[in-house]
Amino acid sequence: MKARPEPVQVVKQRRDAALRALVASVPYIRFLGIGFERRGDELTGIMPFSEDLIGNPILPALHGGATSAFLEITSIITLSWATLWADLESGAWDVARIEAGDMPRLPKTIDFTVDYLRSGLPRDAYARAFVNRSGRRYASVRVEAWQDNRARPFAQANGHFLMPARDA
Amino acid sequence: MSETITGPLQKFVSALPHARALGMRLEAVREGWAEVSMPYDEKIVGDPETGVVHGGAVSALMDTCAGTAVVSHPKAGVSTATLDLRIDYMRPATPGERITAVAECYHVTRTVAFVRATAMDADRDRPVATATGAFTVAK
Repeated sequence: MKARPEPVQVVKQRRDAALRALVASVPYIRFLGIGFERRGDELTGIMPFSEDLIGNPILPALHGGATSAFLEITSIITLSWATLWADLESGAWDVARIEAGDMPRLPKTIDFTVDYLRSGLPRDAYARAFVNRSGRRYASVRVEAWQDNRARPFAQANGHFLMPARDA
Repeated sequence: MSETITGPLQKFVSALPHARALGMRLEAVREGWAEVSMPYDEKIVGDPETGVVHGGAVSALMDTCAGTAVVSHPKAGVSTATLDLRIDYMRPATPGERITAVAECYHVTRTVAFVRATAMDADRDRPVATATGAFTVAK
């Protein structure tokens, strides 16, 4: 007889704990106050509005650098999460190891191109990244950020990343 | 180089809350050209294992420096917004070192300003990152 699947709470708890630990390990993500919500393996980045993110105090509008950092962070976490998800499922990596501070190495940005489509409003921002291709060494990612209206993104970007070497 | 710059352009950098939050400082400026620096700080680290600064902080610095080069150009007006910015990351910035960006606004039309920028740490001969971008021109 096939083994019963694990209770859903156990699975969720493991996945959420791994994601939390991954995000919490990066100081700059904390500095910007960025968090992630998970639906299955899909992630949404959230950057809650803060005065410190303003670039143009007269409009006011978000700083292009804050927007760009948000897009880059969402890309890196999404890429890293895809690998970590597979490793958690296969048992190659476990939460105890992550919580003990043994983190998978993060992808490194090679280049990143941001399109600013409209000015960032002084409100919360959301972003979702799509992995165009993730190979053994290189990955290509597209990422989009929106605020009040999902159909009207205020910025999008394309980036290339160097993937961390996998233990043989 | 540590000579303090006063006047409207220093205010331009320090009036940007995000630039202030990252501790950015305008080092030098002339027509269509600017130098802005950012101190190393543990809160902007992207790789906790090595202490290397996150690329996003470098890009915020380059964006600020490029925008300053635009507003210092006589043909570009007093305010600007980034249309697009591409950054190439050449190497990790050395942990603990201040990062300095220089930007040149090399062409301005009635509507668009074109900029290139370079970011360096203490080793000025080996850039940390380069960027090219297009910015709006205020009417």
